[in-house]
Amino acid sequence: MALKIVKGSIDRMFDKNLQDLVRGIRNHKEDEAKYISTCIDEIKQELKQDNIAVKANAVCKLTYLQMLGYDVSWAAFNIVEVMSSSKFTYKRIGYLAASQCFHENTDVIMLTTNQIRKDLSSPNQYDTGVALTGLSCFVTPDLARDLANDIMTLMSHTKPYIRKKAVLIMYKVFLKYPESLRPAFPRLKEKLEDPDPGVQSAAVNVICELARRNPKNYLSLAPLFFKLMTSSTNNWVLIKIIKLFGALTPLEPRLGKKLIEPLTNLIHSTSAMSLLYECVNTVIAGQYSCSVGSVCLRISVVKYLGLLAMSKILKTHPKSVQSHKDLILQCLDDKDESIRLRALDLLYGMVSKKNLMEIVKKLMIHVDKAEGTTYRDELLTKIIDICSQSNYQYITNFEWYISILVELTRLEGTRHGHLIASQMLDVAIRVKAIRAFAVAQMATLLDNAHLLTGNMQRNGICEVLYAAAWICGEFSEHLENPVQTLEAMLRPKVATLPGHIQAVYVQNAAKLFATILKNQEGNTDSTAAQETSQLMIDRLPLFVQSANLEVQERASCILQLVKYIQKLQQKDVEVAEEVSALFAGELNPVAPKAQKKVPVPEGLDLDAWINEPPSESESEDEQPKAIFTKEEPKHSRPRHTEVDEKELARRREARKQEQANNPFYIKASPSSQKVYQETPGVEHIPVVQIDLSVPLKVPGLPMSDQYVKLEEERRQKERAEKKKKEKKKRKEKRSGRGKKHDSGPESEEDITPAHVVDIVTEEMPENALPSDDDDKDPNDPHKVCDIQGNLQDGSQVVVSVIFENKSDSFLKSMEFNVLDSLNSKLQRPEGSGPHDGLTVPFQLPPGVSNEARFVFTVQSIVMPQKLKGTLTFIVKDSSTHEKLDFKLHFTCTSYLITTPCYSDAFAKLLESGDLKSSSVRLEGVNMPFHHLLARICFHHHFSVVERIDSCASMYSRSIQGHHVCLLVKTSGQTVSIDAKCDEPTLLGNVLDEIKQTFSQC
Amino acid sequence: MVCTDNIDFTIPLQPAADRRMIKFVLMVNRQGQTRLSRYYHSVELSRRAALEADVVRYCLSRKKDQCSFVEYKDFKVVYRQYAALYIVVGITDSENELSIYELVHNFVEVLDKYFSRVSELDIMFNLDRVHIILDEMIQNGHIVETNKSRILAPLTAIDKMVES
Repeated sequence: MALKIVKGSIDRMFDKNLQDLVRGIRNHKEDEAKYISTCIDEIKQELKQDNIAVKANAVCKLTYLQMLGYDVSWAAFNIVEVMSSSKFTYKRIGYLAASQCFHENTDVIMLTTNQIRKDLSSPNQYDTGVALTGLSCFVTPDLARDLANDIMTLMSHTKPYIRKKAVLIMYKVFLKYPESLRPAFPRLKEKLEDPDPGVQSAAVNVICELARRNPKNYLSLAPLFFKLMTSSTNNWVLIKIIKLFGALTPLEPRLGKKLIEPLTNLIHSTSAMSLLYECVNTVIAGQYSCSVGSVCLRISVVKYLGLLAMSKILKTHPKSVQSHKDLILQCLDDKDESIRLRALDLLYGMVSKKNLMEIVKKLMIHVDKAEGTTYRDELLTKIIDICSQSNYQYITNFEWYISILVELTRLEGTRHGHLIASQMLDVAIRVKAIRAFAVAQMATLLDNAHLLTGNMQRNGICEVLYAAAWICGEFSEHLENPVQTLEAMLRPKVATLPGHIQAVYVQNAAKLFATILKNQEGNTDSTAAQETSQLMIDRLPLFVQSANLEVQERASCILQLVKYIQKLQQKDVEVAEEVSALFAGELNPVAPKAQKKVPVPEGLDLDAWINEPPSESESEDEQPKAIFTKEEPKHSRPRHTEVDEKELARRREARKQEQANNPFYIKASPSSQKVYQETPGVEHIPVVQIDLSVPLKVPGLPMSDQYVKLEEERRQKERAEKKKKEKKKRKEKRSGRGKKHDSGPESEEDITPAHVVDIVTEEMPENALPSDDDDKDPNDPHKVCDIQGNLQDGSQVVVSVIFENKSDSFLKSMEFNVLDSLNSKLQRPEGSGPHDGLTVPFQLPPGVSNEARFVFTVQSIVMPQKLKGTLTFIVKDSSTHEKLDFKLHFTCTSYLITTPCYSDAFAKLLESGDLKSSSVRLEGVNMPFHHLLARICFHHHFSVVERIDSCASMYSRSIQGHHVCLLVKTSGQTVSIDAKCDEPTLLGNVLDEIKQTFSQC
Repeated sequence: MVCTDNIDFTIPLQPAADRRMIKFVLMVNRQGQTRLSRYYHSVELSRRAALEADVVRYCLSRKKDQCSFVEYKDFKVVYRQYAALYIVVGITDSENELSIYELVHNFVEVLDKYFSRVSELDIMFNLDRVHIILDEMIQNGHIVETNKSRILAPLTAIDKMVES
């Protein structure tokens, strides 16, 4: 026996301890794994010995190895052995190992209950402490139930060290064994007033955590916490308390008022940034109107959080943020890109008339300095966003803005040429006073076009020339030297530009030509005019040979026209008048919503095909830069179309007729608008005349009358408002017509614009209907059998059902009923039972179809649904009830809404990493890529974000806000679709549906 | 005495990510070797290694002048660098980042006081002691003690016990 002990201690001398192990691992950098496996073998040997010291040493080493990522669960029983050692030094090693390695499913935990109970009641406070600490890591519901009483007793232990730990572990116990909360609560509350600050802090922690889950139970404790908040000096405790109040205030509004004072005191007195941040966050969240402004300054020392907080403040107290403009501008110099981007976001919200120019000037400096095109492009879009926000509200000097835009064109390699171009067009069209200046600038731009197009590889910026050419042509009367500009537009180099820009060049050269003729004909010398004609005739043939159809067509048209003019000139006939008549008339901008405001006449179904669609849809090539192709109709006038005179005259006649009695027509001259304002009386206003033959009588509702009535009311209101506005305007002598901000500070009103600028407000069609859903996407009809799933907000889905009577008899008393599923329910009027049918509000004569809408509430949209339903009706002649069964198929696609998405937002979304991905391959798809895209867009409600060659990114959004992103690639007959979505089930189903669409063709 | 009758003592179930707490504390050196790890919610051993490597790589890739708070997957990471050693704390979204940032410094100050000018080797060779210190400060994923002498009291008592 004695020998054995001696042997044990000798063995120990040769054992490695933790330090040796660490050192050994460091010395075996080359073959670490091998070394560790020999060590583990040694440890296994050590654990087999009876000597508890050896075992403890082995367990200690195991803990280290566990940290390095080795599995030591095989030693669980040995750990329990060491835990139950009576010697504290070994016991703590055991508990440490247990807390690192044990989890809820470790089965040996069952064996520990009595040991832990013994340790908890040990007279040595450190035994108790180490047991509590260990328990907090591996407590199971069983342990919690068995030990709850012991721990509760410890909460009133004499030693604060134990009390503190016991209070905190109770939280874990509550979670695992909720029944313990009720008996423990009074004691827990007592601990809030414990003399020891450590115990207090532990109690605050636990109660805050409980209160966050169920705040209303803890309202009664508010006064206690209030006292703690004013007396405690521990910042970590204060933060917890403030967080708790943040959760309580929504339940008890009076609390908010009481909190303002202590919070402001803390804000002004504390030196701890963390506490300050917490206070400010709570203040912002609670929207208390206390002086947060002064705080921002101090907070912005910690830039990122400061900016984060400021963006929250900006929403409620924009003024207090504005005063820290300089600080935010400084953040733009920061090396951290995330800080720079945050600062940019803030700038957008804080510009005013006063500081806009200064801010943009700073941004321009950054544009020059910026490295990397992505950040520079971001800056560029931000500059334009800032300037153009709320209808150019903050721009007082448009000359300045134009020059900024021109400066931006000098950026190399930007992708946003079209953005700059559309801004130029927008400003030049809408701000009349600026046109002369804009034209001068654009003429210079055209003259120096070679600078922009120098690098044809990155010709994003040459889109600007599109705008320049159009502006110069359209407002050519402002040109100082039109001949020079004409010459610039007809340079041979122009032929290297993209087709759509060339087309604009040619067209506007013709406009210029007309202006020049007009100027020159006044002179006695006719040679100048003839020279100009000759110039056109010399240069145009280059464009006639263009490969681009549009350019070719326009060029040859104009060439013939000029040749004819030249003939007339040679006969000394005055032609200028007639030539410029070709391009007469002024252009007024139209509000983007105008079309939507026009009510659809009754009986007109915009979704119905006029002719049956061709089998293979011949959609046009999608232009990568959709902006121009889309906006062209807005800028082009009827006179742009080059048709022969007869046709023109006929059309003009027809149009006049149409204008005369078409209230939808937007009168060209701005004066016409005024006429409406000044002439009182309803009779001057054209009234909607709907005399379309209505195919079907809907009983009861004279719809058109209703519209007219509504319309009259609306107009009267509008007139009154307009008059009011007029008066106000005259008083203020302000010319800006942008939307007025009520909250705008007085100082801003005092700024007079540098020169009189007339922002032509966008016109609305006169009979626009006041509609609520005007910002929503137009409903995208989706054919499912004969049922169209239409989209609505939230999880309500409106389903349009088209009823077509194919029989020869008259149908009446139709009732529509659907068997609800757990997920989807038909909305029935109040008071009706869950199985009642809905009456279809019309009758069907033979051969007629009509549409009715039904609202469904849908819980989850991630799965497609099939609902069974029946339609009952009475056949008029036979008076018998008939029944028709049908199935409603809710595809996942029908929950998607076509939502446009910009490529930068799209990239951010993909980067965010919240999305799950999935992919699908389609084989044997034999159609052009753009057809494929069009098909996905049409059938599955996606929009194309970006398209590069045979690869395109697409985006859509579900009615519950799930993002769905697609990356479509094609090679030969194989199409691969990589998709990402925050809801994997939804994604899977949408992909299945897409697959199905293509398998059918 | 408190009237507890009208209090509803149910604890609504809450996803783990929604709890306000510290999820883990890591100490890693510049080479990415873990010197200390402590998890306050159970993570499988196999996933720990991957998580550590990932988080550490993320923190190491950031420059000195970049922000010390990083959003990582569904939680936030607060880190602080001391010479070659990084202390990385994973917290849930609603925890106050700055208070954790200050806690880390407090922790290092305590270590500094105990080891008198703490170094990476001190931490490696006295892992169990560092764990005791950490356990005194953070329990259950919550901050329990921030007073230096009170944190060290149990440890010094243990040291005396071992010596005697």
